Amino acid sequence: MADPKQLARQPVSRRRFLAVGGGSAGLAAFLAACGDDSSTTMTDTTSMGSGGASETAEFGKGDVGILNYALTLEYLETAFYAEVVKSGLFKGADLETIRKFGQEEAEHVKALTAAVKGMGGKPAPEPKTEFPLDNAKSVLELAATVENLGAAAYLGRAANIKSPEVLASALAIHSVEGRHAAALNTLRGESITPDGAFAKPADVKTVLKAVEPFIVG
Amino acid sequence: MSNEQLNTPELAAVQIEADDEDLTRSDVILKGALAAGAVYGALAVGPYVRRALAQSGGGDVGILNFALTLEYLEAKFYEEAKGRVRANGELMSLIDLLAKDEQQHVEALAASVKKLGGKPVAEPKFDFSYSGTSGFLKLAQTFEDTGVSAYNGAGPMIKSKEVLAAAGGIVQVEARHAAAIRLQNKEEPAPMAFDEPLDEKQVLKAVEPFIA
Repeated sequence: MADPKQLARQPVSRRRFLAVGGGSAGLAAFLAACGDDSSTTMTDTTSMGSGGASETAEFGKGDVGILNYALTLEYLETAFYAEVVKSGLFKGADLETIRKFGQEEAEHVKALTAAVKGMGGKPAPEPKTEFPLDNAKSVLELAATVENLGAAAYLGRAANIKSPEVLASALAIHSVEGRHAAALNTLRGESITPDGAFAKPADVKTVLKAVEPFIVG
Repeated sequence: MSNEQLNTPELAAVQIEADDEDLTRSDVILKGALAAGAVYGALAVGPYVRRALAQSGGGDVGILNFALTLEYLEAKFYEEAKGRVRANGELMSLIDLLAKDEQQHVEALAASVKKLGGKPVAEPKFDFSYSGTSGFLKLAQTFEDTGVSAYNGAGPMIKSKEVLAAAGGIVQVEARHAAAIRLQNKEEPAPMAFDEPLDEKQVLKAVEPFIA
């Protein structure tokens, strides 16, 4: 099921998405529906859609841009886990968890690469990365940061995806990133749902700024 | 079909009670989805929901009401477990958290349905048959994994970008719940690289062993 082209063959009813990039009036109307101004309601989606598809323009047009943005993050996660496995900082069950998560990120890389090619786009290049791997505690913290950020990044872009097939693939990956994040938070003794009952999205600028220190070329 | 043949027998034991005239479309879809989950595993739920909603014209209100029904089930399940499960402090705290999250999902979804001009479905009556902490955890895992598959399956059918974003914020939390419950069960928190529904061909293949 890793192949998004296979997903594309499913009889998903075609539908028209709202035009990306605008819709703030509709957003305001929807958010007003929640009737609660506390920080743990759907109002946390306010940062959604602010930049529309153009937010990922540097990665390509429309869905290809979003897929390449996701691919870049998955490359980063895959490289990170590979280095952590090699570091010898973890043993036993924790090492197996890290190894498994790394394998899953590698599968995400494959699927996203195939999806970009399937849409006639050019997959983003693998970035050169470098991570501080000082001790098990700091590495777990970094892993949790990266996974929580990754989940928020997918959430921040999902609603801008135009193709139902690409969206289905992105959703399938998004919830796995959420699982990884919760598992790592548990290992660290942190809350599984740091944002409360509604996960918060992260915009592209915030995400890229957060991963910048780890990309060396 | 006996319960032993079921992939997830505990799902088949969940009773949803409603008088015929009170039985809403969401109740019916939920019953079907749980039945599909019981026989074929949670991954079969996505396509079931997709078909059921497509056939009935669904729309965003239909999808939100289906999600609301699923959240009613989870909220009730955890609320009841607070007084029913006897476990260590860590698990009891987790149950408290999940009960609180699911209740917030219920309130947010009901408000969203109203805002879209729809009528939120009434809460069905549930009867959860399980025994002990292990029975609770097993059923919890099935509900959470099923919830993730159901949202992911319905997501691409949502028309409104804002509703989709909000549903995304909920499904990620369901996935986080699923991972935490799986860790309690000493199972892998993320067993597969993709939380996606099976396609029809794969569902049929999974069905075959159970067709007499």
